[in-house]
Amino acid sequence: MIHPEAARRLRAIVGETWYRDDQEALVAHSYDATPMLQSMPDGVIYPSSTEQVSEIMKVLSEHGIPVISRGSASNLCGGTVPVQGGVVMVMHRMNRILEVDLENLTATVQPGIITAEFTAHIESFGLFYPPDPGSMRISTIGGNIAECSGGLRGLKYGTTKDYVIGLEAVLASGEVIRTGGKLMKDVAGYDLTKLLIGSEGTLAIITEATLKLVPPPKAKKTMLAMYRDLYGAARTVSKIIESRIIPATLEFLDNPTIRVVDDFAKLGLPLDMEAILLIEQDGDPETVERDIARITEICESEHADRVEVAATREEAEKLLTARRSALTALARLRPTTILEDATVPRSKIADMVLRINEIARKHNVTIATFGHAGDGNLHPTATTDARDRDEIHRVEEAFAEIFEASIELGGTITGEHGVGLVKAPYLEWRVGPAGLGVMKGIKQAFDPHNLLNPGKMFAKETRKRVVVQHG
Amino acid sequence: MDKLTAESAKPAVRHENPLARALAEKLNYDQLTNCMRCGFCLPACPTFKETGMEPESPRGRIALMKAVADGLMDPDEAFQEQMYHCLGCRACEPVCPADVKYGQLIEQARDSIEDHADHSVPVKGLRKLFFDGVFPHRSRLKWLGRSLGFYQKSGLRRIARGTGIMRLFPEHMRDMERILPEATARGVVERIGAFYPAKGKMIARVALFRGCIMDVLFAETNVNTVKLLSEAGFEVVIPDSQVCCGALHAHSGELGKARELARSNIRAFKEAGVDYIVSNAGGCGALLIEYDHLLHEDDDWREDGAWFASRVIDVSRLIAEKGRVPDFAEPAGEDGRAQQLLITYQDSCHLRNVMKSGGAPRQLMNRVGNVRFVEMADAGSCCGSAGIYNVTQPEMAGRVLERKMDNANRTEARYLLTSNPGCLLQMKLGIEKHGAGGQMEAMHIVDFLAERMAAGKS
Repeated sequence: MIHPEAARRLRAIVGETWYRDDQEALVAHSYDATPMLQSMPDGVIYPSSTEQVSEIMKVLSEHGIPVISRGSASNLCGGTVPVQGGVVMVMHRMNRILEVDLENLTATVQPGIITAEFTAHIESFGLFYPPDPGSMRISTIGGNIAECSGGLRGLKYGTTKDYVIGLEAVLASGEVIRTGGKLMKDVAGYDLTKLLIGSEGTLAIITEATLKLVPPPKAKKTMLAMYRDLYGAARTVSKIIESRIIPATLEFLDNPTIRVVDDFAKLGLPLDMEAILLIEQDGDPETVERDIARITEICESEHADRVEVAATREEAEKLLTARRSALTALARLRPTTILEDATVPRSKIADMVLRINEIARKHNVTIATFGHAGDGNLHPTATTDARDRDEIHRVEEAFAEIFEASIELGGTITGEHGVGLVKAPYLEWRVGPAGLGVMKGIKQAFDPHNLLNPGKMFAKETRKRVVVQHG
Repeated sequence: MDKLTAESAKPAVRHENPLARALAEKLNYDQLTNCMRCGFCLPACPTFKETGMEPESPRGRIALMKAVADGLMDPDEAFQEQMYHCLGCRACEPVCPADVKYGQLIEQARDSIEDHADHSVPVKGLRKLFFDGVFPHRSRLKWLGRSLGFYQKSGLRRIARGTGIMRLFPEHMRDMERILPEATARGVVERIGAFYPAKGKMIARVALFRGCIMDVLFAETNVNTVKLLSEAGFEVVIPDSQVCCGALHAHSGELGKARELARSNIRAFKEAGVDYIVSNAGGCGALLIEYDHLLHEDDDWREDGAWFASRVIDVSRLIAEKGRVPDFAEPAGEDGRAQQLLITYQDSCHLRNVMKSGGAPRQLMNRVGNVRFVEMADAGSCCGSAGIYNVTQPEMAGRVLERKMDNANRTEARYLLTSNPGCLLQMKLGIEKHGAGGQMEAMHIVDFLAERMAAGKS
């Protein structure tokens, strides 16, 4: 329950409409896209300016009320589930593009702008903002920054962290800080910009961002390589990188994923293939031609059954959109899809795929695998049913082994989805006690009373075993 | 303390509240669970676009339904109202990778509310009058047509407006009164009979679904539909015992009534022995094509439902895909030269999202000589008409319409075509309230094509 005095002050800041504590609003802000998690907030607030965010934070600090800032809540780590109640701060109203600076090639935006709307706007200026998370049609730029979202173009262009050069953010105290700016170089002190990127709303509330834009590539080609042998596809990935070609996109989809994606997007994909690589190269027309020809040779040397280049841009876009919907489309098989985010050095992709399949067989569970193969970032995804307790237990066991395999191969517990709630107990396993100590110190410096997205990133207990189901 | 709860099996909740119990029983729990909450539906939802608020989105509404079924919240008045805020346009369905049947869920929710709500949602009485009293009865529809036609023609309308008596009605009802076309008791059968032969070699025998509102307010469109079908090579019959499709009932939670109507229609069309059942109203067509789903729990009617559903097709699609597309051309102007005409198109949500036939109208429009088709931004997003939504939820309908008209005006089109009577009325209203320059006119695509067919032949 929010103290009535605090609620009154919050209403006074944003207006009656934009603070809600009715049952409907609370239920509708009790979840994000992470399966099986739900927890009620005590209030929901929709600010429209940095000043409002600052005033709100002063009230919340005074009353010791937790706050969870969010965009569209499409994250997959439980990052925006209000586990300790408090106020959910929805950033949708702060969705303006404040400036596109054509001399410096930067854009300054409010956090609530939808990623796809932003990129479309930027393209109308003949410019390019590469980060393209799978959820870009709904995710917000603010959310992308908070989670340091990856995407299909991460291999060649990097992820969100490589394009954010300045931030405005509100601290727990209500004070406003500015980091970076329209500068390509800046070594004045610690890099607070980078620190806030991927901080999952635990350090400050991002209210404005300055983003780096780049000239768009002159040409682009998209191709599909189809394999009857799963490992042939995985080996192709390493060989492409080894041959010193960095494609813009290099995605891996296994058979179950191909089937559901095709069922949704009606692409006419070959349903009898064990794996597909979706490859895109961009750049100068000659380079693109040369790279695509060379990649085709590599695919064939690894016994690809068929290699096809998309004839039109629409066809290519359709393929990419279909890939972006893979996770949700897997819900067509079974109601609950639990997606993981195992990342290994990219030379180990074939080994990792092999291990995942062995583990799934051993525990008698169905695990579909797709992901950004070029980044070594795989998404083994269990298709299951939350109502089947026994199966859920076997899924837990399988994921525990998958993570152990990932760490053994030199990988990590999350490549792009973040720690949030789901991975919090394993953070120490990845970064070590000293690393975790430093992180906690940083948290303390920004948010001494632990009001910003509490319960995330740092868990009360550390675990090595993966437990997908809470409660 | 952590308040996290696990969501898992359908909980064995004992619902004290009768509405909560009804919802828990009627809502398809598999569909509720299938929603991954990925949020891909949010940008497609008109009410979310207007408000930016999660409860006003498909993901939010499903979460609310699930929370009631799980015993996490009461189906209070706000919940009930939220279920009616949805336009039912189903734009969320084609974009859902998980294939959640949202349309079914919202119908199940409304059905439970209709049966069990203690307090009436604002328009319940009005709805009851029309749903039970008028739509299902042909004779009463005719009476309505006659009375309304008399009112419009006799000068009563002028008197009513002159005396200011209309001011006693809410604004949105007055708006509607203004744009209603001339009503009539002379429907399509009274005008051209129940049978119309095919021109040239017959491709197939089809039955026209004439609809209830269509036949009172747009009888001319029904006549044009028959002529267009005949020209394209189809023999047309109009079974006389057909009734209202039941769409307005189903979408408002009167599923029992909708099923009754469905059974009557199946009986009527089975007797006609036709290859296709043709609809010229997206809203009706979408329910007709789902009669199989509507009756899937009815052992006696399941097969007939499937028989019926598999034959339903929209007039544009039938002509574009199976017919001989007639020559269409813009009639010549006074100087004998045809001007190039700018047209645009407002999708019927149900034609596009449920009947999956958004392409066919565009194909036909692009076949008309001397016409340039301009796509308006967001043509596939709902216009706010949505059955009787514009009467029951005037505020939101008004906001959605205003956005729609901004996009329509930007095309500078002379004609704004649609494929559904509700959309057509809404577009007429939109042009009257927000039209730019008084240049634009709304028209059913069938009427537009029928006019151009004559010109194409000459």
